[in-house]
Order: sequence, then C-alpha cells, then structure tokens
Amino acid sequence: MNADIRDITIFTTLAALAATAVMLVPGVAVAWVLARRQFPGKALVETAVSLPLVMPPVATGLMLLWLFGRRGPIGALLARAGIEIVFTPAAVVMAMAVMGLPLLVRTARAGFEQVTRRYEQIAETLGAGPWRVFSTVTLPLASRNILAGAMLGFSRALGEFGATIVVAGSIPGRTRTLAVGIYTFTETGQDRQAAVLLAISVAIAFFAVLASNRLARER
Amino acid sequence: MAAFDLDFALHQGDFTLDVNVHVEGRAVALFGPSGSGKTSALEVIAGLRAPRRGRIAVDGHVLFDSERHVNVPVRQRRTGYVPQDILLFPHLNVRENVTYGLRNGTRPDLRVLVDLLELSALMDRRVSSLSGGERQRAAMARALYSRPDVLLLDEPLAAVDLPRRRRIVDALLGIRDELSVPLIYVTHQPEEALSVADWAVLIDGGRVIASGPPRDVVPAD
Repeated sequence: MNADIRDITIFTTLAALAATAVMLVPGVAVAWVLARRQFPGKALVETAVSLPLVMPPVATGLMLLWLFGRRGPIGALLARAGIEIVFTPAAVVMAMAVMGLPLLVRTARAGFEQVTRRYEQIAETLGAGPWRVFSTVTLPLASRNILAGAMLGFSRALGEFGATIVVAGSIPGRTRTLAVGIYTFTETGQDRQAAVLLAISVAIAFFAVLASNRLARER
Repeated sequence: MAAFDLDFALHQGDFTLDVNVHVEGRAVALFGPSGSGKTSALEVIAGLRAPRRGRIAVDGHVLFDSERHVNVPVRQRRTGYVPQDILLFPHLNVRENVTYGLRNGTRPDLRVLVDLLELSALMDRRVSSLSGGERQRAAMARALYSRPDVLLLDEPLAAVDLPRRRRIVDALLGIRDELSVPLIYVTHQPEEALSVADWAVLIDGGRVIASGPPRDVVPAD
C-alpha cells in the first residue's frame, strides 16, 4: 500500500470519527426534543433534519457551499474571524456530519420513544431532577439505539461523496476521502489506485455492518 | 400516626374520581373493585396526575391546593411510590436501584432496610433475575431509601405468589411499625386490608363509599 492510499484511508476514518463526535450531542438533543416535546414548528424541524436524507447529496453540498463560502452568511462571519471552512479538512467533517445526522436523529429518537415515561416518573418521585432523570434513566435506556444511530451515522460519513466533493473538493493530502478518491482515480484512469480504495471501502463497510448487526443481536 | 387530607376531583374522559376524606392512621387501605379509581388516587397523591381542583396534605404539609395555587413538584413531594408493575430500573442492579433516591446528603441506614426487606442476598443481582416478591421488596426499599413522608403502594401483593405473600405482609408491618413510615396502599382483597391497615377507605365508581376502621368499612366475606 503506498503512502497516498494509507493517508486517504486514515484521513477518511478520522474525519468520519470526528463527524460522528460532532453530530452526537446535537443529534441526541434533537432526537430527545422530537421524542419528548410538543412545540409549534415541530414538523418543520423534523423535516429539516431529515432533508439531507432525501435531497441529492450534491444539492446539500451546494447549500453548505453557499452558507459557508467566503461570501456566504456564515462563511463571511467566520472569514472575519480568520476561519476558513470550504475546501479544508473541516469541510469534509462538516459534510459528513450533516449527511450522517438524520440517521442518528431518527434512530436515537426511536430509542427515546421506547423508554417508558413511567421510569422517568419513578425517578422523579425518588427526588431526581430533570438532568439526573435524563442522564441516569432516559439516556442509558436509550443507549443501544443511540449507539446504533451513531454507527449508522459513522458508516454514512465514511461513504459520503456528493456533499464532500462540492464543499471540500478532492485535494490530495488535504480533503481527499475514500469515496472521492475512488471517483478521482477512476476519472483520471488510475484504475489500480481506485481498485485498492474500493477494496478498503468494502473491508471497512463489512466490519461496520458486522459490528452493528452484533449490537442489534445483543438486544 | 399520620393525618391525610385527601380532597380532589380528577376527570379522565367519562370517568370522574371524586375523593374527599380526612384520614388518620399508620396504614391506610384504599379498597374497592378494579376500575374504581384507586390507582388514579395514588398517582394524584404522588403528583403524577394533576387533579382539576382540591387539596392534598400529609400531616398538614400541603402538596396540592388549587385555591392557593400550590402544586409541589413530584420530586419534592417525598411520596415514595411503588406502582403495581413495580418498574425497577432494568439497567441497574438491585443495589443501584435501592440507592437511587439519595436526597440532599441524607443517608438512610441501608442495612436496616436490607435486613427488614430481606434483600442482603439480592443486592448484586440483576433486576431481570428477581421473582415477583423480590421485585416488590426491592422496589419498597428503593422508595424508602429516598426518605419519604409516606409510602404509596399499588396492589403490593398482586405480583406475589400466594405462599410468599406472608413475607410481604411482614415487610409492610415492619415499615409501618419499625420504620414508622405511614403507608397508603391500594388493594382489592379484603384480607389484606384487614391485616395491615388501621384505616380503610372504600372506593367504588370513583366515589368514596365509606371511610373508617377496616372492620367497619371492609365487607366481611
């Protein structure tokens, strides 16, 4: 395996892990709110969160490009602080997180909905405040679903292509991921390189599915 | 001896639960056929259901008063509640369940509870491995460990095999007499009402039919 291939593999795995870490807290929070709270505009939030799941990933990437580009509403603010996102490794992580988030939210939400409310009520009668109820009863009882959702999000992040190539490009040694690499190598006739990346992708996907199936069976 | 002011009305669809009694006792049985509103009454006292109007006080300590807009939050009511389906936390072992409700640094004597409820051999067991009676005892210990002013029990003998019921009855008597924690418990069996309670409230169709010493209230059969 040459150094390029190794770097791409390591970068993709680390970026997907980072994306999973980035989406975890907001994803679990949104999942809990959707499962447990009624509020005006809830349907809107539900739809917005699921949008990346049904939109063409390239379109999601374009939206991110507009938002975070140097002239975009968020990008301009960040640029003033000296932070650049687009076409950096951070853009890869962002694209992966946005694309993985809906899977995490949906799975975690189902987990929260399965937690019997009455366990939470019993904890309250024992004197537990809202945070203690959440962290010692709700969260542990939903943890399997949250873990499964995180693994789904991670797997989705590993294979992310459309949004990544638009918002981060395919810069060797900087933003090139496995999926983007396969595309770039194929486009440029480097079939051997593409085949190696393909084999690595299959291997990673295989182990991810194996692990999540084992998790599901332990239920 | 504890004094309970239970005066509240609760509407659930077509069903109306209307309770207005002053009760004094160490162990109060809410007695009546199933569907009469006994469980709802316990949940109102615990704060898990909000009555439309009324006043609930335990030993003069007001938990709910619609006229004065008092509604003490569930976690501050100090009402230990053991529902009929017990609901031990499935992800915690017996010890972690029992000691869940430690409040404000007060540390009740765990050993006394463990001895009284015969839990010493069960403390490191998983909840899923317990029998009905063991679960009931563990849940009572969990509720008592949080230092409640009153223990609310919903059909405490329902999940227990007939031969093992004596142990639960003994535990109830121990809670009442040794720990001096007042009990309010729901039952539909006359013999239970008689053996532990020193006061009985007969409820039927959402209304209090009679209230007084168990011998006067509970129909003999």
